[in-house]
Amino acid sequence: MPSRSVAEKWTMKRMRQYDAIVIGAGHNGLCNAAYLAKAGLDVLVVERNPHIGGASVSRELYPGWTYSNCSYVCSLLRPEISRDLELARHGLQVVPYHGGVTFTQDGDHFGNYPDAERLHREMARHSRRDANAYERFEADVTKQTRLIRQFLLATPPDPTSFKPKDLKGLLEFASAFTGMGEEGLLDSVRFWTMSIGDFLDEYFETDVIKAHLSGSGVIGTALGVYSPGTAYVLLHHYMGEVDGNVGAWGFARGGMGAVAEALAASLRAFGGEIVCDADVHRVIVEQGRAVGVALADGTEYRAKLVVSNLDPKRTFLKCFDESDLPAEVVEQARNFKIRGSSGKLNIALDGLPTFNGLSPDSPLMLTDMHCTDSLERMERAYDDWKAGTWSQDPYVDMLIPTTVDPTMAPPGKHMMTVFVQYCPPTLAQGPWTPQARDAFGQTVIDQLAAHSPDFKDLILDCEVRTPHELEDEVGLTEGNIFHGELTFDQLLFNRPFPGCAQYRGPLRGFYLCGSGTHPGGGVMAAPGANAAREILADLKRPDVTPPSYPND
Amino acid sequence: MTPHDDQMLLDTPFASRVQAACELREWESWKGYASPIAYEDVELEYFAVRNATGVFDLTPMTKYRISGPDAAAFLNRLLTRDVGRIRPGRVGYTVWCNDAGMVLDDGTLFHLSPGDYRLCAQERCLDWLLTSALGLDVTIADETAEVAALAVQGPTSCATLRAMGLDGLEALRPFGLRHYPFDGGELMVSRTGFTGDLGYEVWVAPAHAEALWDALFAAGRDHLIRPMGNAALELARIEAGFIQAGVDFVPAEQVVRHGRARSPFELGLDWLVDFDKGHFSGRSALLKERAQGSRFRFVRLDVEGNKPAAESFILNKRGKTVGHATSAAWCPSAKRNVALASLEMPWGRPEDELYAEIYFSRELRWTRVEARCRIIDGPIWDPPRRRQTPAPDY
Ligand SMILES: Cc1cc2nc3c(=O)[nH]c(=O)nc-3n(C[C@H](O)[C@H](O)[C@H](O)COP(=O)(O)OP(=O)(O)OC[C@H]3O[C@@H](n4cnc5c(N)ncnc54)[C@H](O)[C@@H]3O)c2cc1C
Repeated sequence: MPSRSVAEKWTMKRMRQYDAIVIGAGHNGLCNAAYLAKAGLDVLVVERNPHIGGASVSRELYPGWTYSNCSYVCSLLRPEISRDLELARHGLQVVPYHGGVTFTQDGDHFGNYPDAERLHREMARHSRRDANAYERFEADVTKQTRLIRQFLLATPPDPTSFKPKDLKGLLEFASAFTGMGEEGLLDSVRFWTMSIGDFLDEYFETDVIKAHLSGSGVIGTALGVYSPGTAYVLLHHYMGEVDGNVGAWGFARGGMGAVAEALAASLRAFGGEIVCDADVHRVIVEQGRAVGVALADGTEYRAKLVVSNLDPKRTFLKCFDESDLPAEVVEQARNFKIRGSSGKLNIALDGLPTFNGLSPDSPLMLTDMHCTDSLERMERAYDDWKAGTWSQDPYVDMLIPTTVDPTMAPPGKHMMTVFVQYCPPTLAQGPWTPQARDAFGQTVIDQLAAHSPDFKDLILDCEVRTPHELEDEVGLTEGNIFHGELTFDQLLFNRPFPGCAQYRGPLRGFYLCGSGTHPGGGVMAAPGANAAREILADLKRPDVTPPSYPND
Repeated sequence: MTPHDDQMLLDTPFASRVQAACELREWESWKGYASPIAYEDVELEYFAVRNATGVFDLTPMTKYRISGPDAAAFLNRLLTRDVGRIRPGRVGYTVWCNDAGMVLDDGTLFHLSPGDYRLCAQERCLDWLLTSALGLDVTIADETAEVAALAVQGPTSCATLRAMGLDGLEALRPFGLRHYPFDGGELMVSRTGFTGDLGYEVWVAPAHAEALWDALFAAGRDHLIRPMGNAALELARIEAGFIQAGVDFVPAEQVVRHGRARSPFELGLDWLVDFDKGHFSGRSALLKERAQGSRFRFVRLDVEGNKPAAESFILNKRGKTVGHATSAAWCPSAKRNVALASLEMPWGRPEDELYAEIYFSRELRWTRVEARCRIIDGPIWDPPRRRQTPAPDY
């Protein structure tokens, strides 16, 4: 026994003491680490996978083709962070795309054209009134995005606290709301709690238009278009921007891994380190304080503080000895809503597929494509999820990034990304099997093929991902893409749950920086930066995170 | 030969193709030629240049053919650079000045073959060229209408041109030029451009212009080619930090008000002035300026926030106006809010705290901000592919 403790001491000595360890090299972990390193801290990021990025990753699984395996389009990434960390110089380029299209069952389509007048004509083809109502819809949604955008790069104030900082935050919060006027305030409260279906019914009469616009309200969430709270989810997809164009989306050149790579390059430029293949088994707690991490292979790293990029469930229920945590937190983590609802197909194509009714030169070829033409079909798709199976008639968000990005497939060849709603974390008849996964993939392929006669013949390779793979490979509990449902009870000062909503964990020296914290999921980097700001405040170091651009 | 007829705006030899592609029908006059501001979407056109290939019809660019036994001597008298260093098959960026050392224009000099040159300029300068040629055996001809040209710019531009049959183009170094047979005639390609990215300019006789456009777009389809208009080019050139005659400086011959012209030093173009090569127009004035100091400093600024500082006054810490922005744009690839600015001396030193006074209006309310500016030292946007030889495929 004594000899072993000598050996232990010896390893301890060799083990470097870091200022901070970040668990997980997702984009938020990397962003958090970059800011800590920028502030002069000695930072180590430990990542379970052989590659970095988490759900912001590009991989070549079929030779010559790069897939954005999980996230596939970029908008939420805060421009303040992107500029401040010089992500452009570190290789990130986001190329915008505009618009969308929904194919209808009768062989027609609705084109969400980027040009406002063309869009008006297209809507008017279905309903003149809807075409005009769209202007009101846009203004109303923009009001809400302006409201929320102010709080993205801010720590949510704790409504139960009387600390000056929290009181000031609450005041700012209140004044942003009252700045909208009485009527605006009421609208906001309704908006944040209502369903996307009900919201759209207040503007439009045409099924396909409503179906087209409703998609953003359910993507990534285990809710249907008529479930309360889905209007907010739409907002979550509208509050981003590309180069100041609020609501616009773009492709990260080279796939979404480019976001993580640029953040990692920025981190390294500040002297930070990343270790891959480092699966954290347990956060080491000594005297009520997080002091390091122990990997599955026995390696230990020590630091003055530990930050988790993992979702709250995984963080508290998988990476801690339960006895090291307050019972209440374990309970809160258990109750945290993190239901998986999405799947994804990444497809290598031998050429550009043709779509019924679209010329290959149509600007709609460069947009997001969908096949669900009514809210009724949207809701039915959700019914299947509730029944414990994937949607037999799924809602897809499909794009062909290679129509814009020349780096992801050989010239003339293409890559297709298909995000699928809904796909349950486990099936009614039991856990996922490879056969069930392939059957799910086939359901999606069949649906697309109904609108594209040559699609099936062009498929060279297809990666199918159910929540099972997303949990297994990316570490997303239940495969939830946002690290937890984006419902009001889990937003702002409730995210992930009261008591942990200011990035501080339940014990000293422990912090959260992943999408399970405010302002939530998506490739946004805001949680990472916000957490860094709080950590630096605790360390009494100057804040090196960027201030939010003011609303104009 | 100067084209003239009863049309208000002239067509370039690519007009049939340009008109068909110009869905927005937004045109402006470029030296009397109809030139598209945008074809379909400025943003997509700009990103074609930074992400794939953008094609720009630059035929209206003023072009002079300069040849004869004294061509090099003439050019050395005209230009601030040592023309002897621009070997046959090479291109050089340069400026030329009047006797007061004030910039008349900037442009590119193509050394086509020994003793045979083409000078491309924004402004017309035949009068000045002929005056400068006094006593020299040199022929100067305006060939603006005799040469059709397309700029083919962006990361997939080399792959596009190679797919069009220009074998070995990847080996062409920046500022090099090459000739290829094309459509029964000849095509010249130079690795030059106004975008600060990998890119080429392709030059042909007008008779082959339509064939060139068609071949180029057929070859570029799989490389995501797109035509681009003036607005996208303007954005790309600001991001590249390039100045533009008539915008960032007033060509000295056109200046009416005293003191408004600029010297090369005052435009940050010191590196183009070669005092060791012997006499050239403006030399003594520039020597004097070098000794006594300049009146202005040209800087590239990174402006806080995302509101472009177009036409902004630049203020010092005390709020005093020390200059103004000549060009400005939010630059989407560099992710910087760039302003090119002319400042009074001595302002623009690294330690100076400068602000851009920016006005913008939203829904009938004007806002004024003083945005902190930082001087950009080094390039704003400088992807490695710009210089890589062999040129990459994307
Ligand atoms: C299929 C899919 C599609 C999506 N599409 C989009 C989209 O188009 N646009 C968009 O903005 N957002 C999209 N999202 C959401 C977005 O990608 C995520 O919300 C976001 O990337 C999460 O980032 P994160 O840094 O918070 O966490 P993650 O990316 O989940 O990173 C956590 C990291 O921790 C690592 N890790 C886990 N356990 C351990 C351990 N024990 N030890 C060490 N490391 C560990 C993981 O491997 C991972 O790298 C999508 C998500 C998915 C899954």
